[in-house]
Amino acid sequence: MTTTVKTNTLTLVQAVTDALRTMLREREDVLVLGEDVGKNGGVFRATDGLQAEFGEDRVIDTPLSEAGFTGAAIGMAVNGLRPVVEIQFLGFIYPAYEQIMTHAARIRSRTLGHFTVPMVIRAPYGAGVRAPEIHSDSTEALFTHMPGVKVVCPSTPYDAKGLLISAIEDPDPVLFLEPMRCYRAFREEVPEGKYTIEIGKGKRVREGEDVTVIAWGAMVPVAMKAAEEAAKKGINADVIDLRTLYPLDRELIVESVQKTGRTVIVQEAHATGGVANDLIALINDECFLYQKAPVERVTGFDVPVPFFSLEDHYLPTPDRVLYAIEKAVTF
Amino acid sequence: MERFPIIQIIDEEGNVVLPEYREKLTKELVMTMYYHLIRTRTFDRKCVSLQRQGRIGTYAPYEGQEASQVGSALALENDDWLFPTYRDHGATMTFGHSLVRILLYWKGRNEGCVPPDGKKIFPPSVPIATQLPHAAGAAYAEKRKGTKNAVIVYFGDGATSEGDFHEGLNIASVFHVPAVFFNQNNQYAISVPITRQMKTKTIAQKALAYDIPGIRVDGNDIFAVYFETKKALDRARNGEGPTLIEAVTWRYGAHTTADDPTKYRDQEESKRRRERDPIVRVERFLKQIGWWDEQQIKAMQEKVQAEIEQAVAEMEQFPEANPADMFDFVFATPTWTIEQQKQMYTSWRERA
Repeated sequence: MTTTVKTNTLTLVQAVTDALRTMLREREDVLVLGEDVGKNGGVFRATDGLQAEFGEDRVIDTPLSEAGFTGAAIGMAVNGLRPVVEIQFLGFIYPAYEQIMTHAARIRSRTLGHFTVPMVIRAPYGAGVRAPEIHSDSTEALFTHMPGVKVVCPSTPYDAKGLLISAIEDPDPVLFLEPMRCYRAFREEVPEGKYTIEIGKGKRVREGEDVTVIAWGAMVPVAMKAAEEAAKKGINADVIDLRTLYPLDRELIVESVQKTGRTVIVQEAHATGGVANDLIALINDECFLYQKAPVERVTGFDVPVPFFSLEDHYLPTPDRVLYAIEKAVTF
Repeated sequence: MERFPIIQIIDEEGNVVLPEYREKLTKELVMTMYYHLIRTRTFDRKCVSLQRQGRIGTYAPYEGQEASQVGSALALENDDWLFPTYRDHGATMTFGHSLVRILLYWKGRNEGCVPPDGKKIFPPSVPIATQLPHAAGAAYAEKRKGTKNAVIVYFGDGATSEGDFHEGLNIASVFHVPAVFFNQNNQYAISVPITRQMKTKTIAQKALAYDIPGIRVDGNDIFAVYFETKKALDRARNGEGPTLIEAVTWRYGAHTTADDPTKYRDQEESKRRRERDPIVRVERFLKQIGWWDEQQIKAMQEKVQAEIEQAVAEMEQFPEANPADMFDFVFATPTWTIEQQKQMYTSWRERA
């Protein structure tokens, strides 16, 4: 007997809405809060229609106060609720940084597990949409560095929904990063109702044996484009979409790098202190003797994300990735 | 509210309701104000249209708030400091910012953050309320240097919910600095109305918590804004410390060109609010008093149009952004990582 699951063709941002709606329906303890998430449905429409369906008590327009509502969400989470906070843009999260770093991240360890913070912080991130300054940051590494917070970053509608549902059900705080550039870039079939994708698991999005290309979020389509170009030159890339940035999918990375012996990491963020460096450490620890070439990194530069007139110069491009692939393969 | 009544000098019909100000409203002053009102409005409308045509990026319009911005900026002295938000270029252009640079800002260019020589205009603050502590510190520096310069800092109603609002005002109050905290209460923080932003009936009353004067003005009455700001600046210069001013106003349009206000509020309200328009009431005043000179006004409009068209042309002819700028201004002396990345980038570009 086969059961057919009904699907809808959704963009990434619609898949986020779908996940929130699914969980608001499924669990009374879930609520959504943030700036303009209610009546306006979020500045990207990620919460469109949710307040109308679930009411002002569960989809809450907060005062303009990132530290305030993130801190309040911690209080809600320790007291039996499952808040999903929306930060309008990742670049505006910093007032809430103390609440996340000092409190959300370590209440479990401070109290030896007595109090816990099952909350999700959603934040659109990244450059490439000609947004005004400060709206284009990609500072995921500030959070992967933070012990006690998981960091998730999907690149497709299907993964966004399954991972957001997992994040809401996770017993610990999860930062859920949504690549703005992918919000409406394409649609795919997304099942109706509840399904989950395990946090901490990446996905091989292209099979190859010559070189491993690791990317996440908005860099996945960039890596794929480069991989397609490389294929025309006879180089077959194994492309991995990390999906979770902390904890990393050790098994998948190690398996791929041991197979290819060559790695290119594509990271939108600045080079210094980035997630790419953690990947290199992991490869060094687990794949040293399999390496045929130094690991190549294609990253944003160690400069503030520039105003949009220069953002295309800052962002990794398929050309830059292809160049790195060729360098790794011909080493 | 009774303790913080709205100060008004002219009403919506253009009548002077505080007769003691009648003599202070000289023809020269009023015509200067009117000139800047139409200049700022024309510029704002031009920017919205440039955005629609894709000639600049996302833009934050201020139409409706001109009296607040122009009135307060005209009250400044040349050597004062101005700390704006992204919606305050009506104030910065009145204070002497270059139109070309303001346009470049919205075109995604760093040049837009650079004020003309001699003008202490800070780059617009994009995160909310973060500029308030800066203003307190800049004012402290003026005090320490023993100048008579003051600082004005702009922010909206939503900003009062941020921690930096409290921290900036508290520091200014404790350090007793020459700063004016100029709030434009346009009653909406994107989609969130002021009634959901705070339970207090006024923003001015928050001054009580810092034991500083809290003044509430009709933000669409340029005379009230101008004279109350001037008084606050005088107090600042005389060592009497900071003031919080709440200018009650309204933004007719969207938060930015990226949002649709019909999603979250009845835009009929904006139409009704046009009856209290800050420019219309000055026109009524000018007509009543007999200073309305059709030819002079026409010449003024033409001058403003020509200036704006010229600025747009200069913005569009401005040299392309230079990628080297990304690397060259992060530190006084670039670190080796930045040097190396610049090198990599440059050689890669040459190769491509």
